[in-house]
Amino acid sequence: MSAEAAVRVEDKLYLNRYLVDSGRAHIKVRPHAKPSAELLSLLKLCPAHCYEMNSAGQVEIATDGCVECGTCRIVAEPSGDIEWNYPRGGYGVLFKFG
Amino acid sequence: MIDERFDAIVVGAGMAGNAAALTLAKRGLKVLQLERGEYSGSKNVQGAILYADMLEKLVPNFREDAPLERHLVEQRFWMMDDNSHTGLHYRSDEFNEERPNRYTIIRAQFDKWFSKKVQEAGAVVLCETTVLELLQDAYGKVIGVRSDRISGKIGADVVVLAEGVSGLLGTRAGLRKMPDKNNVALAVKEMHFLPQETLEARFNLRGDEGAVIEAVGTISQGMTGMGFIYTNKESISLGIGCLVADFEKTGQTPYGLLEKFKQHPSVAALIAGSEVKEYAAHLIPEGGFKAIPQLYGDGWVVVGDAAQLNNAVHREGSNLAMTSGRLAAEAIFQIKSRRDPMTKKNLSLYKKMLDESFVMKDLKKYRDMPDLLHIQAQNFFLTYPQLVSKAMTNFLRVDGTPKREKEKATFRSFLTARSPMGLVGDAVRLARAWR
Repeated sequence: MSAEAAVRVEDKLYLNRYLVDSGRAHIKVRPHAKPSAELLSLLKLCPAHCYEMNSAGQVEIATDGCVECGTCRIVAEPSGDIEWNYPRGGYGVLFKFG
Repeated sequence: MIDERFDAIVVGAGMAGNAAALTLAKRGLKVLQLERGEYSGSKNVQGAILYADMLEKLVPNFREDAPLERHLVEQRFWMMDDNSHTGLHYRSDEFNEERPNRYTIIRAQFDKWFSKKVQEAGAVVLCETTVLELLQDAYGKVIGVRSDRISGKIGADVVVLAEGVSGLLGTRAGLRKMPDKNNVALAVKEMHFLPQETLEARFNLRGDEGAVIEAVGTISQGMTGMGFIYTNKESISLGIGCLVADFEKTGQTPYGLLEKFKQHPSVAALIAGSEVKEYAAHLIPEGGFKAIPQLYGDGWVVVGDAAQLNNAVHREGSNLAMTSGRLAAEAIFQIKSRRDPMTKKNLSLYKKMLDESFVMKDLKKYRDMPDLLHIQAQNFFLTYPQLVSKAMTNFLRVDGTPKREKEKATFRSFLTARSPMGLVGDAVRLARAWR
């Protein structure tokens, strides 16, 4: 189900407008050997499916499709797992309807 | 070193920020408003329903040129199980009045219009500008901001924080805690476009009439949550939201939930053949009265979603945002007029004004609702909808079973699912929280 859903969410993000700030990810995952429960929950919780597990079993983020909802900040910033900032002014998701 | 000074800086250009900036500018204060989006609205997400009364207090003749979608004449509440919904519908021709009370809007378009009013009133509005931090003096008083666009620091007597639900600046500066995952919902939403005639036929609408559907039940998989369908002119805003902590516990994906909601037989027919043009997600403050943080301090006030001002029972947020923004601005204006400093003590006037308004009165009334609905999610969002659905089937299906036996079966299903004490307890708890 998750692989299937992941494909669908990418189709959804394709509808959105973004101005990607290349090389300046606004969310960073703290380097880790084994992901915390909080980080693992983001694999499913992130509505843009930005979080993914790599082959080494660590959680990585690709912020290009981020819709800037702030959910991962609420869940994983208190534990220090991620660092969350707003994209630079004008960058990120640009809602046509909102 | 402070390069430039303003009477007030407003951070954010959503409903609360625009209401504050507009009011301050109209009162003749030197206002700077900073917004990180390319224009006001490009980062803002809402259902969205606009409440006329609160906007009239800011822009009395807004109906002349505001981008409004439809005025609402019909409200449908649905209790859903996997194949059915039991509905409570209210439709009234009285809502077809000269000055309707509720409208659907599309935030990116509406906020752009609202921002124009702010600029016309004389505020300096800088978009594509992210505020990086609040500047505080040695005593913790907020004295300005640092942004990523203007080099140097910008000073002000007071900073109005209208920075949205997650409240990055205020939480980082230690003015308040980050909202708890048990007190915020994550909602995902899609914009479905349909030809206007098709949409009007499907929802039984004429002219600019609009309808709203709000749904609870098995669609949220036992989580505290709600689905919604709002009619715009040529589109439908469709979404679903559940508590973040519930998502975390159940491992449900927000988009998976959205897809299931769309596939529900009661929903699928309404959006059949639509073209989806956007997918958005947003956090909604759900903690109510008990989750409201400190609202003012030396050199700052916080308004709107950042202050967690949202009435989850009535699903009102933007009107609380507009009202808190306006009242904060009025308080600042009064303090300024007396030539008093923007101290914590003086800015407590904002809290006093908010306490006397419907904002705090309503939130206080429902202060126990979040606890009830968040902790008893299974009963209210799963068990009861299923029971009601079973009762309706029992009532309607004609199959030769004597009616008395059917009634007994329905009654028994409630007792087995929830026990007599459970039923009485839920009723009492609900009544007390509603009081």
